[in-house]
Amino acid sequence: MVPIYYYLILSAILFSIGVGAFLIKRNIITIFMSIELMLNAVNLSFVAFAHHWHQVSGQIFVFFVMVVAAAEAAVGLAIIIAIFRTRATLNVDSVDLMKL
Amino acid sequence: MTGSLNLWLIPLVPFAGFLVNGLVGRKLPKVLVSAIALICTLIPFLQVAKIWFQLSSITTPYIEHLGTWIWTGAFHADFDLQLDQLTMVMLLIVTGVGFLIHIYSVGYMAHEEGYWRFFAYLNLFMFFMLTLVLSENFLLMFVGWEGVGLASYLLIGFYLLKDSAARAGIKAFVVNRIGDFGFLVALFLLIAHFGTLSFNEIFTRIAQHPAWQGGILTAIALFLVLGATGKSAQIPLYVWLPDAMEGPTPVSALIHAATMVTAGVYMVARTHPIFERSPLALSVVAFIGAITCFFAATMGLVQTDIKRVLAYSTVSQLGYMFLGCGVAAYSAGIFHLVTHAFFKALLFLAAGSVIHALGGEQDMRVMGGLRKKIPITFWTMTMAVFAICGFPPFAGFFSKDEILYQAFIWPHGGKILWFIGWVTAGLTSFYMFRLWYLTFLGESRAQTHELEKQGAVVHARSDSKLVIEAEHTHAVHESPWIMLGPLVILGTLSVIGGFIGVPEAMWGHDELGHFLEPVLGSVPHPPGVSSGLEWVLSGAAVAIGLLGLLVVHFMYKVKPELPAKLATQLHGLYALLLNKYWIDQLYGAVIVTPLLLFSRYILKALIDRGIIDGAGFAAGATAQGFGAIAQRIQSGNIRSYAGWLAVGAAVLLIAVYFGFTAHFLPQ
Repeated sequence: MVPIYYYLILSAILFSIGVGAFLIKRNIITIFMSIELMLNAVNLSFVAFAHHWHQVSGQIFVFFVMVVAAAEAAVGLAIIIAIFRTRATLNVDSVDLMKL
Repeated sequence: MTGSLNLWLIPLVPFAGFLVNGLVGRKLPKVLVSAIALICTLIPFLQVAKIWFQLSSITTPYIEHLGTWIWTGAFHADFDLQLDQLTMVMLLIVTGVGFLIHIYSVGYMAHEEGYWRFFAYLNLFMFFMLTLVLSENFLLMFVGWEGVGLASYLLIGFYLLKDSAARAGIKAFVVNRIGDFGFLVALFLLIAHFGTLSFNEIFTRIAQHPAWQGGILTAIALFLVLGATGKSAQIPLYVWLPDAMEGPTPVSALIHAATMVTAGVYMVARTHPIFERSPLALSVVAFIGAITCFFAATMGLVQTDIKRVLAYSTVSQLGYMFLGCGVAAYSAGIFHLVTHAFFKALLFLAAGSVIHALGGEQDMRVMGGLRKKIPITFWTMTMAVFAICGFPPFAGFFSKDEILYQAFIWPHGGKILWFIGWVTAGLTSFYMFRLWYLTFLGESRAQTHELEKQGAVVHARSDSKLVIEAEHTHAVHESPWIMLGPLVILGTLSVIGGFIGVPEAMWGHDELGHFLEPVLGSVPHPPGVSSGLEWVLSGAAVAIGLLGLLVVHFMYKVKPELPAKLATQLHGLYALLLNKYWIDQLYGAVIVTPLLLFSRYILKALIDRGIIDGAGFAAGATAQGFGAIAQRIQSGNIRSYAGWLAVGAAVLLIAVYFGFTAHFLPQ
């Protein structure tokens, strides 16, 4: 039996990688991927806790997160393609029309 | 007496006229505007006349309670109207003369811009003036008092595109404010001392305490006098009235001669129980009256504008009324108020008719010889001139004589007061007959004047002089009957108006005095004064009046070059009078300029700009400074936001790790 904190540490590591990448990277697709990574880190801890407490609600939550993430990926990729078509770049720092 | 007199209708009908004409008059035809204004003045007049005939069956004072206005603790002020003999006299004057002047205005203002506006303002004035005389307490009276000031301001500045008219309106309003301040302080003192503003309650209380003398009552009376000097154009606040002549002539007749300016006299008569307890205040009233009467008359001697002569004459005659009230002969003051309303309204209206005939000319130096051209105006004006100069049996004779007689027998400096009043009677006669001679008698000086001004430029023909003369003669025309009618009625009243108060010494019954007795008390007749004295004083007054006439006849008829010669020889005196003792300049230098400088540099530059605006700007700048600092966090860079988010989450995690959140967790 693997103790739960193993999972939690792994989840924290994955989440931190996601945060770090989100902060550092400028490529919009990489940022998108790091968001997915953070979501999945959270999913991992949900599943771990569900197993640990013998409750099914954590797993149901994970399904919800996956559905939302899939929908978000669809919308996000559409936006990315639209941006690439108009700007011919994927650098987020150059997409700053709304900035004062 | 059964049923209500419906006094409330008297002021509110003109107010309705004001509302209709003021709101939609612009779109109505002139006929309708004048019809509304006339009907809304006629209805109160008819009602007042009806009440007059019922008067014997009414128990006075008749009080009509319309509702409570202010009710706070022990103090309350109501919408109460009161009818007594004094109110009755004032109502008849205001509605009667007011209605006549409304009729006259229809003719006089026929070609003016803003016709509807004029009549709306006139009706507004009627509303406030009737409120003033009908009110049963000081507060409602104050409403009317302020309201007539407003109407006066609006009407003086009626020609609002004319700079001098706008300035005159503001001057009248501001000078009246000073007087109103006095009135207001008197009201506060009354509330503090009596806890009520009702006339009847205050006067009953005073009557119950015969020991009350001077003290607070003197203070109240003196502040009331300050109010009265403002409204009734007495020294030191008379300066606005001559300038008020910038308004249309019917306005000068109605507001600045017959009714509004007499509000101060009415107020002193109305509040006479307060004045009776304060010999000092009475003396102040008497001396203000006498001095104003004399100085205004001297200023009137040399004026050349026909309306300005009449303005100074009004100030002077109001001085007589004050003199009458100041020697505790209130009914004499009111008597002169009544006759003055007749003849002075007539003088102004006739002057308006002259101005109308000459197409707007007001300078008497270019008038003359109008007797034949506008005979009805001439004859009615003649009646008014004789009335104001106090020749028997015209109206002014009886009222002025009564005042002079009462002044003479007044124990506190009465002889001096009488002497000033007597000399002024001569001056009055001089300036009125001067006006009469310059305007109506002699040869017309207008033609040469016109020629000098326009000359051959207008008619560049060899016979230009003939052409202009012909045209000019044609231009001088008698006014239409809608203007002459009121003149004739007022002329008749100026002749016979005095018979309402023929003194007993002259086989009369002093009807007005006895009529007013329930309100004003009986006219004092000290023992040991024979009726012969009254005859002697009358004779003296008529004599000095005749002297004035003779001097004018000599100066303007026999030796027409004399006035100019006198003006050069007595240059200092002439300049002093012509410039009205430089009082306007004095007030300007001593009061207005320092006040303006104080406002501009202390109040505006230092306090307003410096302190008040400065505080606002400082607060704004502080907020901006903090904003500039806080703005740096709002970089607009999404990754920096996410970074702050991560830092915040990390801080929370560390806090949890070190046990700061022990009490958050379920145990």
